[in-house]
Amino acid sequence: MSDRGFDIRRLPGAAPLAITCFVILYIPMAILVFNSFNAGKSIGDWEGLSLQWYAAALQNEAFLNAARTSLILATISALIATVIATLAALSTTRSKTFRGEASINMLLNQPLMVPEIVLAIALLIIVAQIKQATGYAGLGYLILAHSAFCIPFAYMPIRARLEGMDLTLETAAADLYASRFYTFRKVTLPLLAPAILAGFMLAFVISLDDVVISEFLKSPGQDTLPTYLLGELRRNLTSEIYAISSLLLLISVLIVAGSWLLTRRKT
Amino acid sequence: MKALTFTTALVAISTLPALAEGTLNIYNFGLYTPPDLIEKFEKTHNVEVTVTEYDSNETALAKIEAGGHGFDIIVPSGYVVPVYLEKGLLLRSEPNQLPNFANVDPEWVDVSWDAGRSYTVPWVWGTTGVMVNTKVYSGDINTTAIFLDPPEELKGKVNVVPAMQDVIDMAIFTVGGEACTSDKDVLKAALDKLVAAKENWASIDYASFEKFINEDLQASVFWSGAAMRIREANPGFAYGYPKEGFPLWQDNVAILADAKNVDNAKLFLDFIMDPENAAMISAYTGYGNAIKGSEAFMSAALLASPEMTIPESAKGVARLQKTCSPEVQALYARMWTDLTK
Amino acid sequence: MDAEARLQQDDTRRRWALALPAVTIITLFSILPLVLVVVYSFLTPGDFGNVKWQLSFEGWFGVLFERDIFDDTVSFSDAHLTILGRSVALSLATTFITLVLGVPTAWFIATRPARQRAFWLFMITIPFWTNLLVRTIAVQEMIRSEGVFNSLFLWLRVIDAPIQMMFTNFAVLLGMAYVFLPLMVLPVYAAIEKFDFRLAEAAYDLYASRLYCARKVILPIVRPGIIAGSILVFIPSLSAYVTPRIMGGGKSMMLGNLIEMQFGQGRNWPLGAALALTLTALVLVALVWYTRLTSGKRKDV
Repeated sequence: MSDRGFDIRRLPGAAPLAITCFVILYIPMAILVFNSFNAGKSIGDWEGLSLQWYAAALQNEAFLNAARTSLILATISALIATVIATLAALSTTRSKTFRGEASINMLLNQPLMVPEIVLAIALLIIVAQIKQATGYAGLGYLILAHSAFCIPFAYMPIRARLEGMDLTLETAAADLYASRFYTFRKVTLPLLAPAILAGFMLAFVISLDDVVISEFLKSPGQDTLPTYLLGELRRNLTSEIYAISSLLLLISVLIVAGSWLLTRRKT
Repeated sequence: MKALTFTTALVAISTLPALAEGTLNIYNFGLYTPPDLIEKFEKTHNVEVTVTEYDSNETALAKIEAGGHGFDIIVPSGYVVPVYLEKGLLLRSEPNQLPNFANVDPEWVDVSWDAGRSYTVPWVWGTTGVMVNTKVYSGDINTTAIFLDPPEELKGKVNVVPAMQDVIDMAIFTVGGEACTSDKDVLKAALDKLVAAKENWASIDYASFEKFINEDLQASVFWSGAAMRIREANPGFAYGYPKEGFPLWQDNVAILADAKNVDNAKLFLDFIMDPENAAMISAYTGYGNAIKGSEAFMSAALLASPEMTIPESAKGVARLQKTCSPEVQALYARMWTDLTK
Repeated sequence: MDAEARLQQDDTRRRWALALPAVTIITLFSILPLVLVVVYSFLTPGDFGNVKWQLSFEGWFGVLFERDIFDDTVSFSDAHLTILGRSVALSLATTFITLVLGVPTAWFIATRPARQRAFWLFMITIPFWTNLLVRTIAVQEMIRSEGVFNSLFLWLRVIDAPIQMMFTNFAVLLGMAYVFLPLMVLPVYAAIEKFDFRLAEAAYDLYASRLYCARKVILPIVRPGIIAGSILVFIPSLSAYVTPRIMGGGKSMMLGNLIEMQFGQGRNWPLGAALALTLTALVLVALVWYTRLTSGKRKDV
């Protein structure tokens, strides 16, 4: 070790700036949560602690409908995206490059490269035509659109895991004349499971987070939590918005904590 | 495989129709549909109602015109009804045959946009003026100068609602013209006035009431009923009738040509022409309805409110809003884009 | 055909079959709609929204130019250039602010002992995964007229009337810097974390000067992270829609809002389509620049 007592890790000023950064990140969210417990009717006046806005939200049918839509939408879209992304990852990894691999890879990342607002208006144009032609106005459009832009997110961790996976076990299984499907089910899948779960969670959060595409595509009565919140923000800026926002914040914390525990147990 | 089965089951659930006997999808301006009225309608007719909101006639028209919207009922202002009719977007539902139609004030039956009421029934009527927080500005508020040449106290605190027709009409009145004029000099003068005023505005937005109640915004081009609801929560606010001229308008309820729930929509049209129900609409929105006998169900304070009663001195400059010729409509639209972009 | 080639062909076919669902759904729900946007950008706007199926270049013309409403003279479109300029300027400023705050934060996290590091990373991941709209609402609460800052300053008697902060460029910038900050920290952290700090200590032991050490050792470590972070912040900033809509109040519009407006109040779908493609092109340029920069880097290592 250096006798001049130099530690490059100690960059002067980094720690205070980092702490400032965390304070900046957390203060607004803390105030938001704090406001949600305000007994006062409007956000201007503080009238003591109360859970009334949470109670109001839980009795608000529009909010409950939006929560239900969001949950159904995020679950189905994330499931579809994860299954499809797993198949795609099995296709593009662990082999010599094959014809068309580059185009598949580009295609899989395409939704990441197009701005959300552009994708939203593009989908608006095409879905309006399909709705008019078929008369079907169900949740299907949102589910498929969400699945499409969630695929790249589910794909990333699964692909990374597959690339880092040791092939010896599978080769051994194949040597023992196990069928390809049997090998996949008994050897590959269990090894891949954590990555698939991570991909699913990523896709779920991405779907839950989406405002723009849902806002443009929704049919009447298909508000998701974020689009409901966006509409509510225009109508009334009451403490109920803070309660709903805080609930969404809680969901994020739970998901992050959940994935954290999952990955930590593994290592 | 389990995941797939689960997915299929969820898809099946999500595509099931709603459980109520029927549904009705209403597309209306924001903060304009009384929740208690909807609840009463749902209970009376066992219909599940979904209300979706828009912020301007133009936005609504664009959405309907795009197709695949899924709405049954729309609430266009009088001036825009002819456009809907020309495009074939409304159903000729002959609401004049409905039992409660007899309650409609004769004054509002033979309207220019739908003579004899074959497509629409009245929702409410009101005026567009200016609303000012008198705690901040104590000068004369009966003038368009509030937003076209704001006093020092209001600069940067004025909102303008995204109502193209109302805003451009008022600018034209201010430069001495008539609404829907095709005189390009007048239109240019009006646009110049608006563009010059824009830097003093805080926003061009269908702002939430709380922004005024909490005094984030101190003045706005506003509709009379909305101004009343804000005054009730924050008595500092007052509504002014610009002496340069101001629009008088009526919004109308119509069934869309591609509505899926026509019977329920007709029930709703009849429902709102009942005096007691019309009074509920007035009580919530702060605007006058066009239903005879509804006064009996309205509070004295509401009936006498300064926002619902146009003062004698201002009556001379109230102008019933009309439909412009297609050429002028196109000019209005370009002026509006120029102003808001 | 020999067996080897046939085997390979089989493998290619099997792999394409596995990728087929992904290829199909992305083609149908992401690529096809974009193709339609290209088509729409060459059509004539309908009178009240939607399009007429007549070829027209007015949409593309309108991106940069405008005809005078009253006498049809052609000039540069001030409004569009202003919005374009604002979008680029605010996005660059957002990138700069997040760099100033994000790099030291990433450095701080990466140089903690392993157990603490997990905690700090966790702390940065929470805002990262929290709904963008919720975070925008949170930051709005800080700067409203009756919000935290104004109430605090009023109470401290620094000011005697609330300052109007909402609906300004400042509000949009603040909002974007706040919501995109975690996007800067994570890639920079990932770059630093890979580095073996004994190398730097070795360099210092070899009597390299402090400055030399910083330039030759530290900068190369954080550089790829900074580039990745900048691109991750710049691109969503440029195409932001929700944050400027809430913080800008229809007055400090950005490209995303301008595009949306053409499909609503503006009722000029071809122009909206052309603007959308312009934005996509800008994003692609940024991405190409990024790949150039990183692949160039790889060469001189």
